[in-house]
Amino acid sequence: MEIVHVYTKLRSEFGRQYLFSDRPTELLVDIPPDPSLAMQFITKTPRDQATQACREMSEHQVNTERFESESRGLNHMEGGWPKDVDPNDMEQTIRFRKKVEKDESYMNSILQLGSVMDHYIRQNNAINIYQDYFTEDQDIDEGQEAPSAKTINVFRDPNEVKRTVTCLSWHPDGGRKLAAAYCCLEFQKSSKDLSPDSYIWDIENPNQPELALKPASPLVCLDYNPKDPHTLVGGSYNGQIVYWDTRRGSQPVELSSVEHSHRDPVYKIIWLQSKTGTDAFSASTDGQVLWWDVRKLNEPTERLVLDPGREGNLDRALGAISLEFEATMPTKFMVGTEQGLVVSCNRKAKTPAEKIVCTYDGHHGPIYALHRNPFFPKNFLTVGDWTARIWSEDIRDSSIMWTRYQMSYLTDACWSPVRPSVFFTTKMDGVLDVWDVLFKQNNPTLSLKVCDEALYSLRVQDNGRFVACGSQIGAATLLEICSGLSTLQKNEKSLLAAMFERETKREKILEARQREMRLKERSRSEQSREDDTGRDADGDESPEQLIARAEEDFYSVVEAERKRREERHRVSTNHSKP
Amino acid sequence: MAEVEETLRRIQSQKGVQGIVIVNSEGIPIKTTLDNSSTVQYAGLIHQLVMKARSTVRDIDPQNDLTFLRIRSKKNEIMIAPDKDYFLIVIQNPSD
Repeated sequence: MEIVHVYTKLRSEFGRQYLFSDRPTELLVDIPPDPSLAMQFITKTPRDQATQACREMSEHQVNTERFESESRGLNHMEGGWPKDVDPNDMEQTIRFRKKVEKDESYMNSILQLGSVMDHYIRQNNAINIYQDYFTEDQDIDEGQEAPSAKTINVFRDPNEVKRTVTCLSWHPDGGRKLAAAYCCLEFQKSSKDLSPDSYIWDIENPNQPELALKPASPLVCLDYNPKDPHTLVGGSYNGQIVYWDTRRGSQPVELSSVEHSHRDPVYKIIWLQSKTGTDAFSASTDGQVLWWDVRKLNEPTERLVLDPGREGNLDRALGAISLEFEATMPTKFMVGTEQGLVVSCNRKAKTPAEKIVCTYDGHHGPIYALHRNPFFPKNFLTVGDWTARIWSEDIRDSSIMWTRYQMSYLTDACWSPVRPSVFFTTKMDGVLDVWDVLFKQNNPTLSLKVCDEALYSLRVQDNGRFVACGSQIGAATLLEICSGLSTLQKNEKSLLAAMFERETKREKILEARQREMRLKERSRSEQSREDDTGRDADGDESPEQLIARAEEDFYSVVEAERKRREERHRVSTNHSKP
Repeated sequence: MAEVEETLRRIQSQKGVQGIVIVNSEGIPIKTTLDNSSTVQYAGLIHQLVMKARSTVRDIDPQNDLTFLRIRSKKNEIMIAPDKDYFLIVIQNPSD
């Protein structure tokens, strides 16, 4: 059967009929080529154009905010036992097991699995596939990988009001813990809600400090006892020395008495090498260096006043900002002062006057860090104002090597404990510099911007790979240095020794020359003074005369300049007049 | 029954083998040569791992199936032979 659909439409409803007509072609527009326009274009041959037909994609990097993580454990109890069997009941479990063992499928599968397993066990025993086959060829050069450092963790001050991290100390046993002293060092900025706590962090857990140390006044510096990793000693803002034992909790075990402590914040405290392992010494800007026995903190065992005149006069004493003590040289120590002098002292001197052996004058401002090179104890590094300087103990007048004046103030420095030619410095613009004197002397080998705020303290861990630096807002950052900067290179010690020798010799020669010149001057001035005893020698002018002369010179120069400007102005107005 | 014992004894006598555990599909250790606490630990942890490994292999290719799993660690090697209902776990200290 045919299926037909009928469609009807009235003719009047159709549209108008199309009437097509043909027409010859007509030129509408003719645009001839204009060769002059070609001058504005450059032929570019050959053209290399890459096209790709794909979806548009863009690459974005996102870093999450620090997340809080917590460790949780899950206890696995024996599970899966059918309901009628009680897992704790030995008899029932044994009975269940025996039942399973009698099962056909059990036997078959075990037989089959057993043969498979047998094969692999034998395979293991035959050849050790992870054996080092090509050990001789593995000593190839690591290649000149670019020096780098990676941030591993950031430990932030958990308090609301952020304080500066003023001092860091690594746990002596393996360095799994870091003690950080927090204090607001700005003058009179400490508010009432400033917490005096300092914290000990476990480096694996940046979310929460492991232990809080609660002194009476905020700590400016602290140090772990290298002999007993449970004890710490700290110097606080009000000048007291505080002693903790981490086994006994957050409260200090002992506090030094206020009358006998320092009168200014204690800027540095270091444990000493002693038979009892309980001696420490501290330095403060009140000009004193005090020795303490931590078993009896009510009075210091010894006192030294940093008077350059060697008279023990406290009024003329220099304020001490940093201390240096090397365990290999237990009788000597060095103090860095606010006035820019490094004072080298001998502890075993008989009289207090002889305690101060010599001074090194180098910096324009306070010496914030002082550190001896662990491989070459005769050379030490100081940091103050905008430079870092390396000194040799024998040369008093100047440092043997120094860096350029940096863009921002240097706040702390230390040598690397594994590489004698590497040292680290921190700056007030938040940059950590790693200097390798054997590689590059003008610029740091590696410059890392750790954070936007100023960095105030720095400490390298004993293995030389981890560096902790503390910033102004209380964030201590833990960085890992690449292996190139933390493994001893061949000949490094001898090359560095040669470099220090050379620089020391240069300074010695310069010093000798200076001395000669001074001698000559003096002999010449003596002669000239003998010649004209009547005349007032220039060198004998009193300060007032000098000032008067300076004023005269100044005013005459100003007058001359003013006159010159007037002349110029008059001349120009003359020119502008018609 | 005796063949099962024979097989297990043979495996145990191989060089370096430290222990054997047989676990059923529900995670219950059926037979073991280790002490109870280690057995329970191995049974629970490895059971989950084998399930995950098997599902991974099958996700990649549904025709495929897990035949053997080896976990090599610093101290020893854990070898797992899975079956439909049971696993055989052998801990071996490879020769070095």
